[in-house]
Amino acid sequence: MSAQLTETTHVETAASSAPDRRLNPFVRAGLLLLALLVVLALPWYIYPPVAMDIVAWGLFAISIDLLLGFTGLLSFGHAAFWGTSAYVTGLIAIRSGLPFPVAILGGAVVAMLIAVPTGYLAVRRTGIYFAMVTLAFAQMIFFIANQARDLTGGENGLQGIPKSFFGIETVETDPFYFYYAALPLILLGAFIAWRTVSSPFGRVLLAIRDNPARARALGYDVERYKIMVFVISAGIAGLAGGVFSVSHGFASLQELVWQTSGKVVLITVLGGIGTLWGGPLGAAVVVLLEDYLASSGFNGIGIITGSIFVLIVLLFRKGIWGTVADLVARIRSRGRTPGRRDA
Amino acid sequence: MSAFIQYTLQGLATGGFYALAALGLAVIFGVMGVVNFSHGAMYMLGAVGSAVLLDVADVPFWGALVVVPVLLFLFGILVERLLVRWLLALDPLYNFLLTFGLTLLIVDLVKRRYGVSGLPYELPAGLEGRVTIGGLSLSSYQLFAAFFSVALCIAVWLLLTKTRIGMIVRASTEDAERTRALGINVGRWVTPVFGFGIALAGVAGVLAAPFRAITADMGSNFIIILFAVVVIGGLGSILGAVMAGFLVGLVEAYGQAYAPSYAQVLIFVLMAAVVLVRPAGLFGREEAS
Repeated sequence: MSAQLTETTHVETAASSAPDRRLNPFVRAGLLLLALLVVLALPWYIYPPVAMDIVAWGLFAISIDLLLGFTGLLSFGHAAFWGTSAYVTGLIAIRSGLPFPVAILGGAVVAMLIAVPTGYLAVRRTGIYFAMVTLAFAQMIFFIANQARDLTGGENGLQGIPKSFFGIETVETDPFYFYYAALPLILLGAFIAWRTVSSPFGRVLLAIRDNPARARALGYDVERYKIMVFVISAGIAGLAGGVFSVSHGFASLQELVWQTSGKVVLITVLGGIGTLWGGPLGAAVVVLLEDYLASSGFNGIGIITGSIFVLIVLLFRKGIWGTVADLVARIRSRGRTPGRRDA
Repeated sequence: MSAFIQYTLQGLATGGFYALAALGLAVIFGVMGVVNFSHGAMYMLGAVGSAVLLDVADVPFWGALVVVPVLLFLFGILVERLLVRWLLALDPLYNFLLTFGLTLLIVDLVKRRYGVSGLPYELPAGLEGRVTIGGLSLSSYQLFAAFFSVALCIAVWLLLTKTRIGMIVRASTEDAERTRALGINVGRWVTPVFGFGIALAGVAGVLAAPFRAITADMGSNFIIILFAVVVIGGLGSILGAVMAGFLVGLVEAYGQAYAPSYAQVLIFVLMAAVVLVRPAGLFGREEAS
């Protein structure tokens, strides 16, 4: 109960570790296919810009999960990377007129560049301090963006970001087609995250999460691994932020405030950490809820999201994914061996 | 030179808020292992509370300085009993997230009730003017705020070092496990300590009310600077929180005077330098890893 100076954060992940509860490969492939279908069908059922918001926030949440769920690091300053990329993407698109995917990739690269010094400093502190240091650096980026009015437009934000796409007009003007043009960037980010966690590099991250001292004793340079995954995560957040700003056609200081950093952590925890699936799930819930509240003219979204957050942290720490997975596992095991898993 | 002294006074007054609030944050963290994200919202409630008390019940500044911290102490106890308590056994991350959610909730509730424009508040009776000391004209309220914060910090320091309660709190901060082994019921002190920490943030809020814009968002930047303060001072260290609070206040005031565009950034540069040179903070001990 006293000041726990644990090196990494010990969170309840939604992923089940028991081998008998892991899904078999066919079910996994089926779920993956289903997810892909849902993502592809999304703009048919939801207003396309909102669908774009869902997948962008979903990818942003995946970048948080990569750190929190797979490395045990809580970044509370990821708005810095999302927002920086939003601005850089916008600047490239406005000033050079390059196709938007190029601008977004540029934004993601810059996000990774600023993640190097931030990560280098942040990994010197661990546990809850890591969260505070990243939070403070994100605030510093916010103030810098606020000061550099010539570049960022200050409080007015950066407006009129074009959706240039090789002169294909339908994509440039119709958000429905834009969704499909931008989706590959989102999928690229999700793929990078998936490759990262399922590679040997990802196994080392898990080792660092579960027992940093042992990982160090085994000869792994723990700090270097942390910085590397921090930079990868910043790049993924950058991809998401770039897509978001092009989709909206503007970038504002809202992208850099700490409430944005908090919102993405909320989304990740709500969906369930440690699965990569959870983030997009949480994003769908939060984005649709906010969209509904905004259109019904309710002001004070924080009252709802804040209450949800308090409830989730108190009662459903495994998030939607983890809670549902637990339920399914319980029902299934009850069918096979009655009463055995009741405890 | 006279301008420099004025900036110093301003820095000490601002630093006083930071020091008082950071002290509350440090005591809560020390005894409970909770990083209270809602500290900025509590500071805001302190200021808004003073303005509302004045408006509704005609309670003057001096009354608010007593009543508001008591109310926030009770509110803190409520928050600890209803929410924070349930997560104490888990990773500190969870209470960090819980109090973050609570912050969103409190801020938007206040925004809904009192709007986004600033609430009116005046300098307290007797401190409206300026005092002239040897050709220096200083705001008497800032002078008061600076002295009051320093005095209160010293009072809390005495409470923590000279009384039995303070000894228990410090011992729990130092090593809760061993304190318990010595037969002291640490758990009994958890709730009042949380309330006490929140009350200190409330005092900072009341002090800020007469010369800061009172809005629902006034705590949102405050809490981040507060985190920078405790990172600079070392979160486990009570002395560190106070010293770093005044240091950051001074840096901010000098920054605003001599390099206004970079005043805020300067604080974080200072933090980066401390993290680089002394990761545990100026007054903190090295973490075992």
